[in-house]
Amino acid sequence: MAEMAESGGGGHDKKGKKRAKKSSTRVDMTPMVDLAFLLLTFFVLTSTFAPKPKIISLTYPAKIDEPLADPPKLYNGLTFVLAKDRIFYYTGQFFTKENPGPNGPTVLTETDFGPQGARKLLADLNSFVLREKKGLDMDYQNKKIDSLTYANQLKAVKETDDALKVLIKTDDTALAGNFIDLLDELRIAEIGLMAPVPITPEELLLLKESIKK
Amino acid sequence: MPKIKIPKSSPSIDMTPMVDLAFLLVTFFMLSATFRSTEPVEVKVPNSSAEREIPKRKIMVTVDSLGKVFFDVSAPSDSTVRINTLKAMGRKYKVSFTEEQIKKFSFMTAFGCSMKELPSYIEMSSQEQKEFKTKGIPSDSSQNELLDWVILSNENIMKSAETAFKKEKEDAENKNKPAPKKKDFLPKYILRADSKATYKSVEKVIDVFRERQLCELYFVTMSELNQPKP
Repeated sequence: MAEMAESGGGGHDKKGKKRAKKSSTRVDMTPMVDLAFLLLTFFVLTSTFAPKPKIISLTYPAKIDEPLADPPKLYNGLTFVLAKDRIFYYTGQFFTKENPGPNGPTVLTETDFGPQGARKLLADLNSFVLREKKGLDMDYQNKKIDSLTYANQLKAVKETDDALKVLIKTDDTALAGNFIDLLDELRIAEIGLMAPVPITPEELLLLKESIKK
Repeated sequence: MPKIKIPKSSPSIDMTPMVDLAFLLVTFFMLSATFRSTEPVEVKVPNSSAEREIPKRKIMVTVDSLGKVFFDVSAPSDSTVRINTLKAMGRKYKVSFTEEQIKKFSFMTAFGCSMKELPSYIEMSSQEQKEFKTKGIPSDSSQNELLDWVILSNENIMKSAETAFKKEKEDAENKNKPAPKKKDFLPKYILRADSKATYKSVEKVIDVFRERQLCELYFVTMSELNQPKP
């Protein structure tokens, strides 16, 4: 530590005058290192790595005062009906008991939020889009198409008649968590068109019956 | 033969670079750490596999598990948005705020109380705010303060986005950089709903946004770490 001071202390000058012994200009750094590393350890150990929240988008239909007299026909539609921690679905149009369709009145089928439930169902029903997407992914990776064409083509595929369209209806007991879980599943299944729609009284009645079962 | 003297080297090591390094690391950790902002309400948001992060310029409405509504508006490095919104709300509801309160409000995070309670709410410490018994921001059809908060803050945040966009555009022109896109500057409308809140109470907030033709909404989620692959 005291290299500099060593030469200063030993020398005598010609006249033999004694010089005051120079004390070392060096400071012992060890406690400072201790402190610095203590602080470092403290900060590293106390900081918790909080996961950053992520956002999921959903575009709601604009609010219109008068409902359309002739709602646009929906091809390949799937309707989810949510209640508290439960999820039901039916495909196509809704038919009441009094006015049954070609396959009889609509029946609600229950599924769940797990990978074997809604995710499998959506992947099966939307297999057309998922298959097309795979092809586009390959083209994009092999640099056959650029990112803009990729995005446009994917969007076009999602809007074809073969792509699945999803309506989401909720009753009063459904939780926000259920709704967002379903949104996430729809996002995973690459559903292009989805819309939250108010539930009709007939559907609500059927939902109540299905819950009791 | 004279012996060759080996100069004795000091056994101690120069610690200075080590201190430098240690303090550099300490400084780095301290500066890179972002402090968790104290929110007046604990909200447990659902998990998802989404990848987009929350933007800086936003209007965020929080719905807690009991359906209480909290409001927050923020723009990056522009406190005028919050200040002007508060002043406009004060004029509309005939509630006056002192300069001190306005300044404190500009640093606050989300809040959930009626306009009448707001002046005293601002004065509280963050601990008191957490314990403050409130019904949240009134958002019923009879008394819809949330709608006014959304309208007035949206006006101000749009102005702020416009100036930020213009500034960036001029900057880009001077430096021959590609022009910025306007849509990157527009605010996002974000819902932070507790997973135990009913969808009905969230829908009330959604309807407020839809009434203002703000239909592109975002839900806050936490990313799942062990996301099962489909």
